[in-house]
Amino acid sequence: MSTQAQNTAGQPIAFVSAQALRARMHDAVNDAHLRQSFRGAMDFLMAKRAAQFPDEGELDSLRGLSEAIRQYSLSKLPDLLEQLEANLTRNGIQVHWAETPDEANAIMLGIARRHQARLIVKGKSMVSEEIEFNHAMEAAGVGALESDMGEYIVQLAGEKPSHIIMPAIHQTKQQIAKLFAEHIPGVDYTDNVDALIQIGRRVLREKFEIADIGLSGVNFAVAETGTLCLVENEGNGRMCTTVPKVHIAITGIEKVIEKLEHVAPLFSILTRSATGQAVSTYFNMISGPRRGDDRDGPEEVHLVLLDNGRSQAYADEQLRKTLQCIRCGACMNHCPVYTRIGGHAYGTTYPGPIGKIVSPHMMGLEQTHLLPTASSLCGACGEVCPVKIPIPELLIRLRGEAQSAPHANPAMVGQGAGYDAKISLLWKLWARLYARPATYRAFTWLATRLRFLTPKQQSGWTAARTPLKPAPRRLRDMVKDRR
Amino acid sequence: MSARDRILAKLRGKQPAQPGTLPDLSAHYTPRARGETKAARLARFRTGIEGFHAEVHVSSEADWPALLTRLCADKQVGTLMYGASTPAGRRLTGAGCGATTLRPWAGQVEDIKADLFHRVDAGFTQARGAIAETGSLIVWSSPDEPRSLSLVPPIHFALLDAATIHPTFYDALVSENWAAGLPTNALLISGPSKTADIQQTLAYGAHGPKELVVLVINAEGDAE
Repeated sequence: MSTQAQNTAGQPIAFVSAQALRARMHDAVNDAHLRQSFRGAMDFLMAKRAAQFPDEGELDSLRGLSEAIRQYSLSKLPDLLEQLEANLTRNGIQVHWAETPDEANAIMLGIARRHQARLIVKGKSMVSEEIEFNHAMEAAGVGALESDMGEYIVQLAGEKPSHIIMPAIHQTKQQIAKLFAEHIPGVDYTDNVDALIQIGRRVLREKFEIADIGLSGVNFAVAETGTLCLVENEGNGRMCTTVPKVHIAITGIEKVIEKLEHVAPLFSILTRSATGQAVSTYFNMISGPRRGDDRDGPEEVHLVLLDNGRSQAYADEQLRKTLQCIRCGACMNHCPVYTRIGGHAYGTTYPGPIGKIVSPHMMGLEQTHLLPTASSLCGACGEVCPVKIPIPELLIRLRGEAQSAPHANPAMVGQGAGYDAKISLLWKLWARLYARPATYRAFTWLATRLRFLTPKQQSGWTAARTPLKPAPRRLRDMVKDRR
Repeated sequence: MSARDRILAKLRGKQPAQPGTLPDLSAHYTPRARGETKAARLARFRTGIEGFHAEVHVSSEADWPALLTRLCADKQVGTLMYGASTPAGRRLTGAGCGATTLRPWAGQVEDIKADLFHRVDAGFTQARGAIAETGSLIVWSSPDEPRSLSLVPPIHFALLDAATIHPTFYDALVSENWAAGLPTNALLISGPSKTADIQQTLAYGAHGPKELVVLVINAEGDAE
């Protein structure tokens, strides 16, 4: 437990205090431009997803199967990790384990140093964002360049991704045109999307050719064959894992599945849920470095397995469901809160509903206890989740963990971080009042007579609503009058 | 204790006593099997991959080198790189490619990297098979046809035998028992490289090939 607490304290993810979080959300909601961007993008993604599932029976069956595969894999997680390690090793892929972001960065920096690497080109990896990989490398004097178009734009702008699948969704093409003209030598302003993509292609191709190391994430790690699977459209993931002499993949420990055939349904439901594509342009299955007579491919392949709070989620049967996630982003696309505030307001690497349930394990509840309350509990996230994570139930559970009085042997680091003795007492009184008819009658009798005492300012309530005031007559009295 | 041992110990301490039941994938896929003809599978594959902006040309075992020559001329391909020791490669070496220079892949990638990036206009590979459901090519890299051949040149020509089109990815994995032995790199390719990262506007030719051209050998011979 103490090491966990230290990990959380040493956690580099940008911490947003409760006050700052509320202010950021307020600003985001009042930014008409941002709201329009996200509304448009989310409507687009929701429509595209819906078009991929015309047959409700097929969707139900595929979701059930995908949930079963993820739950089965988690039920055998430690065994599968060992099997994965053995088979990767047999295939010539070196496996590393890291409990914390710092450990993961140190492992990768060690590899970079051994190869005297100056430039690392990166495919899209949310885990690398989670551990602030770019900053860690920069601090050590190693260049880390994003090559996914969206990530490249976000990196040029000095920002973080605002969506896990579409990182630059908050930027307009005019903003990107300006960014390219300012930052890329010899580039004039153009807001033609094809031209912008060709500029990115030209710049990044030069980098693929000279980079010493390619970094990638992993969508599925197959234990029985020792295979790393990557899903992408651009081809930058293939570049990063094919051209440089060294390929480092990093992933959370939960991404392992047992059977190769399990990738078929998961891959299908992933791309259809994420971007509404029947399939992505590339599905890249890597089972080793350049071997035998191979003429290309990296000479070394490494896999870094990261815990960073995942084992805490694993320890609790209900919270374990968080780890079923395949990172499609459908929950954020369908979330009314995410659509209105965008991805940056949350202040966490993973925004939206999945971010609210996964970040508390990575960062501790001290820093994240407000996140589960940033939800209307409408249930859309749970309904579209391709692996049926009961996100609303988990949000309620996390609210409970955050706001219950601190107790021994908590399920999570930071349990009770949102606990307020006064509020807790108030609710206890409320519960007593409402549970006893006699006291409730006495209370309402008093309330109707003392209604003139109700304050005009009722903290958060009156910020956007008229004050609450008891009615002049109780319902029970009005009913009595009618008889 | 190492990080590995600590992580595994934490997980083991909380692992369910009984593992879950192994999911039955056939219960999902078998009732949905279409029992379609080879021609129907080819048609479905074609619709799928054309939807992803790939070009498809149906040809025959006898005629595909001539078709490739014509396509290379149309696309003004100066240099086409290929694997010379595959059956298709030997055909190509024998037939030539008109005005297009045929360049066999030779040596390690380091020996030819600059040419591959800057002077080769197109790469030619064979597809191991395809998937009708999604319009995907199955491409396994090999010493003859390395990974970069289908990735780095701006145009990728792929030769596909219509007899190797599977209904679904699941069917391909299971019927060919991929789990028994995968190459260092196996790929599904569904169209040229693309992105929608700028304002959800679809643009082709992101980092990989800008064009994907599929030449289908159809033994039943309903060539275009």
